[in-house]
Amino acid sequence: MNLAWRDVRHNLFRFILTCLGLGLLMTVVLAMMGIYNGLVADALNIVKAPRADIWVVEAGTQGPFAEASKIPNDTREAVARLHGVAAAGSVTYQTIEAPFKGATLRLYAIGYELGRIGGPQSITQGRGLEASHFELVADAKTGMVLNDTIVLGRNRFTVVGLVKDTMDSGGNPAVFMTLADAQVLQTQLAPAAARVQIARGVPATAEATVAAVIARLDANVDAQSVTRTVRQWKHLSALTEADQEEILIKSVVDKARKQISLFLGILLTVSAVVIALIIYTMTMEKLKQIATLKLIGAPDRTIIALIVQQSVALGGVGLALGLALILTVKDYFPRRVLLEPVNALVLTGIILVVCVLASGLGVRAALKVDPATALGG
Amino acid sequence: MRDDSHQVIVDIRGVAKHYGEGETRVDALRNLDLTVHAGEVVALLGPSGSGKTTLLNIIGCIIDPSHGQVSLDGELVYDNRWLRGDLRRLRLDKVGFIFQAHNLLPFLNAADNVALVLQLAGKSRAQAQARAQELLDYLEVGHRARAMPALLSGGEAQRVAIARTLANGPRIILADEPTAALDSKRAGIVMDLMRKLVAEQDACIIAVTHDEKILDRFDRLFHLRDGRLEDDKGDEK
Repeated sequence: MNLAWRDVRHNLFRFILTCLGLGLLMTVVLAMMGIYNGLVADALNIVKAPRADIWVVEAGTQGPFAEASKIPNDTREAVARLHGVAAAGSVTYQTIEAPFKGATLRLYAIGYELGRIGGPQSITQGRGLEASHFELVADAKTGMVLNDTIVLGRNRFTVVGLVKDTMDSGGNPAVFMTLADAQVLQTQLAPAAARVQIARGVPATAEATVAAVIARLDANVDAQSVTRTVRQWKHLSALTEADQEEILIKSVVDKARKQISLFLGILLTVSAVVIALIIYTMTMEKLKQIATLKLIGAPDRTIIALIVQQSVALGGVGLALGLALILTVKDYFPRRVLLEPVNALVLTGIILVVCVLASGLGVRAALKVDPATALGG
Repeated sequence: MRDDSHQVIVDIRGVAKHYGEGETRVDALRNLDLTVHAGEVVALLGPSGSGKTTLLNIIGCIIDPSHGQVSLDGELVYDNRWLRGDLRRLRLDKVGFIFQAHNLLPFLNAADNVALVLQLAGKSRAQAQARAQELLDYLEVGHRARAMPALLSGGEAQRVAIARTLANGPRIILADEPTAALDSKRAGIVMDLMRKLVAEQDACIIAVTHDEKILDRFDRLFHLRDGRLEDDKGDEK
């Protein structure tokens, strides 16, 4: 006869309510885990998306994601001629704001050369860019759909394709456009004074630039040797994909990551205290019944099992509810909530340990109960 | 049929219990002797604080005496060999409690409350359920076997509690105000029932009571005064 289950069944409504409360707490914990993962994944996704082996950037900078990088337009041709380089493409990155359907969209505009690397990897709806101008492939998080139009700078762009989960480390969804359009946009969005000069016919002194040149290498070519070669050009620097990822994790998203980790730690601590309190209170309410069990000769293990099983059931059901809830609502978060199976497993382990430890308090109280309490005098 | 109506089941020799030391010392029981035989139904009477419950707790292996010997169904308990688990096992096998309040577990139905003690003693679920139903039928509450305690009347709940007490066939039944929650008619019925069961199971009952209307149902009455025991003739034990 499982006493824990019988007691739960007897107070089912209260048990479900308690589980629901705990489930909401678990939802918040899982959401924080998902936001943390999403933050890191988004930051890395933008680096991984072009599947580039090396990034050629302005000397003395850490690449286009960590700080501004401007290199001459023709750098791609020089890089493409290097030994071991299979493909190369110029890319630009810039954050822009544009009005769309009555709201202001903040977008991460990626410019790339048509027919070269740097464009979107997998189109979920529509097609890739085909025309040289005024076409966009947008991340679904922008809220745009196929054939929507949006004015960027002084030109109207049409959405021809959609991608998923492509955004910068700040969570701004990406839009892909041709390199030429992106460079025009850079000019149109240049400081007002510079635009006035251009309008007056004063030729722009700066030649067209790109943020980086990305390159894929032939098989069996050592990326480090190619980056060493690039660094011999004094105005350029080169980073491998691993270097880029490290820079992003350590410098760009590090503070946000630490902040979320700390908050996650606090949430887990609060959850542990709440679980401990619930279990302790549940046990204290049953002291007379526990005294009766002792009086009729129930061994300690029966009483311990009653408390620990209820505690684990509470944690388990709470966690399951939390998981179900977060999986239902995660797509409504403004930033990506990325939950991996390992997160659920880790949280299950933590909750299990917390429940067993928390039930220790209840077990301690139960074992101290004098069976004479049941006699009532 | 074996006639062991004179077999000693509870034998207490020179038992004393005190709480605290020095100026705060309270002597709950003083050098007390008591012998109860199989088939006997005895009552412990006395004012509040006279030591009735302490004596019941000592016989029920709940608290240790400060001095003296306690022998239950031929086993000398409370010497150094006994562990808490052993005492609980002895309680499960040989001692049954009937409470003032029925103290049924609220999350088990009547049959499961009875079956629980049988399962704790090692009976299978089927055996325990069958025996529980048998006992409840015997106590005329078999039709309420699936009812939860909250839905039982006071008399029904007390009879289920008695069935639970009797489930493992205890030799010693300790009752703390067993009829306090019942009207005089039901109190008489419960006492008659307990007497009948004691005779059938060759057990004994030691009951604490203040209920004068059932005193004639006891074989012997003991009065506890200031921790000392006197029988109904006024002889100090």
